[in-house]
Order: sequence, then C-alpha cells, then structure tokens
Amino acid sequence: MLKDQDRIFRNLYNDLGSDITSSQKRGDWINTKEIIDKGRDWIINEIKESQLRGRGGAGFPTGLKWSFAPKEVGSRPHYLVINGDESEPGTCKDRDILRFEPHKLIEGCLIASYAVQAHVCYIYIRGEYFVDGQKLQAAIDEAYKKNLIGKNAAGTGWDLDIYIHYGAGAYICGEETALLESIEGKKGQPRLKPPFPALIGLYGCPTIINNVETIAVVPTILKRGGKWFASLGREKNTGTKIFCISGNVNNPCNVEEEMNIPLKELIEVHAGGVVGGWENLQAVIPGGSSMPLIPKDKCETLTMDFDSLMAQKSGLGTAGIVVINKDQDIIKCMARIARFYKHESCGQCTPCREGTGWMWRMLERMAKGEASRDEIDMLEDVTNQIAGHTICAFGEGSSWPVQGLLRHFSDEIKKISLGKMNKFKEDNALLTQAWVMEPKKKVQDIIKELSISDLKIKEFVRFKIGE
Amino acid sequence: MSLKRPAKNQPENFEFNSSSLEAANHIISKYPKGKKQSAVMALLYIAQKQNNNWIPLAAMKYIGKFLDMPYIKVYEVATFYSMYNLSPVGKYFVQVCTTTPCMIRGANQLVEACKEKISENESELSNDKSCSWMEVECLGACVNAPMMQINDDYFEDLDKEKTLKILDKILNGETPKPGSYRGRINNEPENNRKTLMDLKNA
Ligand SMILES: Cc1cc2nc3c(=O)[nH]c(=O)nc-3n(C[C@H](O)[C@H](O)[C@H](O)COP(=O)(O)O)c2cc1C
Ligand code: SF4
Ligand code: FES
Repeated sequence: MLKDQDRIFRNLYNDLGSDITSSQKRGDWINTKEIIDKGRDWIINEIKESQLRGRGGAGFPTGLKWSFAPKEVGSRPHYLVINGDESEPGTCKDRDILRFEPHKLIEGCLIASYAVQAHVCYIYIRGEYFVDGQKLQAAIDEAYKKNLIGKNAAGTGWDLDIYIHYGAGAYICGEETALLESIEGKKGQPRLKPPFPALIGLYGCPTIINNVETIAVVPTILKRGGKWFASLGREKNTGTKIFCISGNVNNPCNVEEEMNIPLKELIEVHAGGVVGGWENLQAVIPGGSSMPLIPKDKCETLTMDFDSLMAQKSGLGTAGIVVINKDQDIIKCMARIARFYKHESCGQCTPCREGTGWMWRMLERMAKGEASRDEIDMLEDVTNQIAGHTICAFGEGSSWPVQGLLRHFSDEIKKISLGKMNKFKEDNALLTQAWVMEPKKKVQDIIKELSISDLKIKEFVRFKIGE
Repeated sequence: MSLKRPAKNQPENFEFNSSSLEAANHIISKYPKGKKQSAVMALLYIAQKQNNNWIPLAAMKYIGKFLDMPYIKVYEVATFYSMYNLSPVGKYFVQVCTTTPCMIRGANQLVEACKEKISENESELSNDKSCSWMEVECLGACVNAPMMQINDDYFEDLDKEKTLKILDKILNGETPKPGSYRGRINNEPENNRKTLMDLKNA
C-alpha cells in the first residue's frame, strides 16, 4: 500500500476543508514563485523526468505534450484548456479534485500555463457538476483575491486568468476537439486531426489540453521532484493514481494508490472485497466503460497500469474500475453500455452513428437469447467496421467493450441461445403433437392453448435458419 | 445524440430579467473580443433557470440576437446537449442514472420509485405539474451508486425506500438534503478506510 506521506491528494475525502488556508497547510501555493523562476525548460524537463502520463484516458506523456506548444508566441495567443468533462461510466475522480482539492488544480493551471505560455486558461466542467464547479469557482475567487492568479500571479511576473466553462450533458465533449468546439459555442462534434490543437486549437490558436488530475498532480511533482514521482510505480507507468472502484464490491470508493498496484489488492483491501466473495467475481472493467473487460481468471494477478493492461488487450483508461460479480448477467451489463454509446454518438460519422445502434440492438437480443449463432460473428464484424473508421476515438471506445465481451464470453452467449433454442424445439414438438392429435382444430387455437406466441414461432424459424 | 422536440405551446416573447442580464454580461466578459458566441451554452442555461427549468423557442431567438449569432446556430446547440429542456419538466426535475455501474447496484428500484410517486412514464409531469423524471446516462458519481440528480443536487447511495422518502419531500415542497443516504463521508470506503488515518475526523 502507498505510504500516506506519498499521497498527493491528502484531502480526497475532505477531512481538512478545501479553502485556501487549509490548502496552504497541506502544501499548496508554497514555493510557486520559486518553481516558476526556474524557467520553462526546467519545468518541462522535470515533468518529462517524472514520466507523468495523461490521466484523461489516453495516457499521453504530459511533458512531451507541453513541448509541442510553439516556442515563441506569434500573432495568436496560446491557451491552456483543462478537461473536466468526466463522463466515462465508472469514473468519478475529477469531481473530488474539483470540490476538495481545487487549489492543487489552480496552482497546476498557473504552472502549466506558464510552461506553455498561456495567459488564459479555461476549465471545462460537465454541466451536471454545477455544485462542484461552484466550489472550484469559490477557490478561483480566493486565488484572485490573494493575487495568486490574475496580474503578476503569485509574484511570478506572469499574468493568468482562469475561467470555468460548463458543459451541458454530452459525453463526446470529453474528446478534446469536441471540447474546443463546445467552448467556441457550437455543437460538440470532434474535428479531424491533424491539425492538432497544440498548433491550431481554441479559436484557431495553439492550445494544450489536459485532464484535471494530470494538472492537479503537477505542483507536487515539481515540489518533490520528478525523480520522486518516477520512483513510484514502474518504468513509464509512474506515480500515483486515483482509482474509482464501483459495482459489486462491499465498499465502493475512490482511493489514491501507487501505479501498478495489483487489482486484487485494490478490491480486497480498499473496496472491502467482491460482494459474495472473490469466487463470486465474474469480470472487471478496468478503466471506464470504453476499456474491454477482463474475466476473473486474469484478475487474480493483474496489475493496474497502462502497459500491463495493454498487454491484456485492455487499458487503464480513466482507472474507473467496475466490478461485476456472478449475480449479474454479463451480456445485459454490456448491452447497457452499448446503449450508452448509442445515446452519446455525435452522429458525424456513419459507421459510429449507425454501428452503435446495431451493437446495442444485437446485444439486447443476445441477452434475451434471441440471437442466432452466426450473429456473434456478425457483431464482431460490426465492431471492426467501426473501430478505425471514424473521426474520433469514440469509435474505438464504443466497439472495444463489445469486442472484449465476445473475446471472453462468447461461450456464454452461445449457451443462452442454445438453451433458448432447445426450449423452442420443445414448444415446437408440442405444437406438432397437438396438430397431429387434433387435426381439425385451427392452428391458432392450439397455439393459444399452449400459450406459444406467434412471435416465438417466428423466432423459431429464425433459429432454424441460424442453426 | 438525443432527439428532442420543442414543446407545442410556446410563449410569444422572452426577455432576460435584470439578474439574468447581469449574469449574461458577466459570462460574455470571460471570452475574447469577437468570441461572444462562446457564451451561448451558459446563456441557454440562464434562460432555462429563469423560465422554470425549460427553454422556449423565443428564448433561443432572443439569445441569438443577444450574441449576434443566427437563431439556427442557437437551436443547434440547444438540441445537441441533453441538459437543455425544450419543454416543461416541472419545478423539480429528477434524473435517475441507469448506466451499468448504477444498474448493477439496483438503479431500477429508483426508476420504480419515480413511477410510483411522479408519473408512470418518463418526461411526463406529475399530477400537480411540479415534477417529472427521466433516465439518464452516467452522472459521474459511480462509487455512490445508485444515485439520482434533482435539479442541481446529487442524491447518492440510494435504494427504493430512501428514494420514495426523498420524492415525498419534494412533492410536499420540502428540500431534501443532498449527498450520501448511507451517511458515509463523500467517496471514502464506508467503515473500511485504510488510508490517511491520521486525518480521519481531524
Ligand atoms: C469519446 C472521448 C471522451 C473523452 N472524455 C474525456 C473526459 O471526460 N475527460 C478527459 O480528461 N479526457 C477525456 N478524453 C480524452 C481527451 O480527448 C484527451 O486525450 C485528454 O483530455 C488529454 O488530457 P491528458 O493528456 O491529461 O490525459 C476523451 C476522449 C474521447 C475519445
Ligand atoms: S466517431 Fe462517433 S462520436 Fe466521434 S466524431 Fe464520429 S460520430 Fe462523432
Ligand atoms: S453509472 Fe451512475 S453515476 Fe456513473
């Protein structure tokens, strides 16, 4: 278990209060000026040395991203944009930073803005987090009052304004270019890349976009040193991470832990174990709904970091862990996730707009045991037609979970279909028998007597064809 | 992408009242000169708050003029984002999260409670017209599942009985307390905390 002294978010549960005085007591806004005085190159190098990777899902190296901002400010101003859209099912960590550790985020905004030469920073918060956004606003107001941001922020000679922009309920606005469109006052529809936002971003100006957690850990890294952060976890998967553990566990919670921690330790130690015991575990979604699920046998030894999960054909994503036990119908669980993606597709690309609906409907039918065997291959085919053929990574995000289900649970789907098929055969046998016995009765009456619906018979025919 | 239909009965006119006007001008000042359009989302939200939780077409036209942008662009934004209500939803708008993490912890019980107390169908006003409910996607409070949002507030760690009590309160015009209904502290593991022990109850 991570030592308490190595935890960055000491106020994760709000034991201490989120106001500026309490925040300063735990180290926020200490030595900010000294850090900035060391200069841009030093800051970016230190972040590179820490091997910090973005906490928003893709895990892109943060130091490298910052170095993409143009070295000289040209005719267009630079912007820093913070992504607090947090809408990936299973994820609820940024909310705790916004409401309980707002000063870590604001101090991080100042340092990052200086590093990428931005004088304006927008923090995009999902609209539903209005109350939490108000807490952040209160902290921003405090920081202005104490001259920590604004003109000559924290005595550094750098001017910085920070504004909150609220979303209004659209998962896709978490995608960085959709988020920029949204700030510009348009529908949140992703842009084609390139050009990348680092060169042409908000209002056509160079823009660096980072997740809330990524920026909130920056001040601590610079205060304690890139080496310290890199000493936690393992090579290229360093530091600490807030994990959200939801679903069928006894004590669902958020907890900050060391990168590369075993999944079993997270579940057993922090989340109080699987409901019904470890043996009752069915599968785990390791990184928010977009990441393919991992079946129980692999959960035994799984460690939680970007590269370990990639090796399992899944991903750390947002580190939103959804635990699913054997009391759940796994196909229904995934069908509900498919419904989420169908609802949230922005509709620009045909494979995504149409494909998400296909996946949802097919999974619903599979959950009911109404799908034929060849539909499993057909579903796989649909996922392959979406992934890699769309403007943004939503295409992958919606098809990966389905691919994960098919990879690990296709026997399950077949079994349900088979059981259902046998039942139909029985019904049909009865029907045939009845017809032979009472040839004068109308077939409709017999069907009624046996309470076999027309629909069932139609389905039976479909099964026959699929057999 | 959600399909939304504007209400049949639309008021003729809409105008910001003085506090909305002040809020709107403050919002516009956050964006660079010539980029007023960026304020459209916030202005729609202000209009919604002023107008009993829903946005009439007249408000979209008004906001278009206010921000020098075509009405159709405002309409596009209003129909794209799910939080804008284009027809009346009542003074209390209940949104139940039913996405998988909430679903597997019993979100359907919350839906049942809404059906019993508010209305049989989603997006349908209660008898006294004060309240409506709908299913929504993940609200970003998954470790507090199942949960629901009423207007701006989150109600967490619920079950059917607790939901019924909360709904009774709002139907009586009372204001229920937001947060966890198992009494746990924010997102800590209930009765099982292993970290930051020196700070607990500090
Ligand atoms: C469909 C979709 C939704 C996303 N949602 C979020 C989100 O809610 N929050 C977030 O920080 N990043 C989200 N991302 C990732 C962002 O596009 C971007 O990579 C990230 O904000 C960069 O920050 P980081 O480098 O600090 O991780 C999403 C990406 C996609 C494709
Ligand atoms: S992949 Fe889907 S969400 Fe992304 S741009 Fe295309 S339609 Fe929109
Ligand atoms: S799934 Fe319900 S809040 Fe996330």
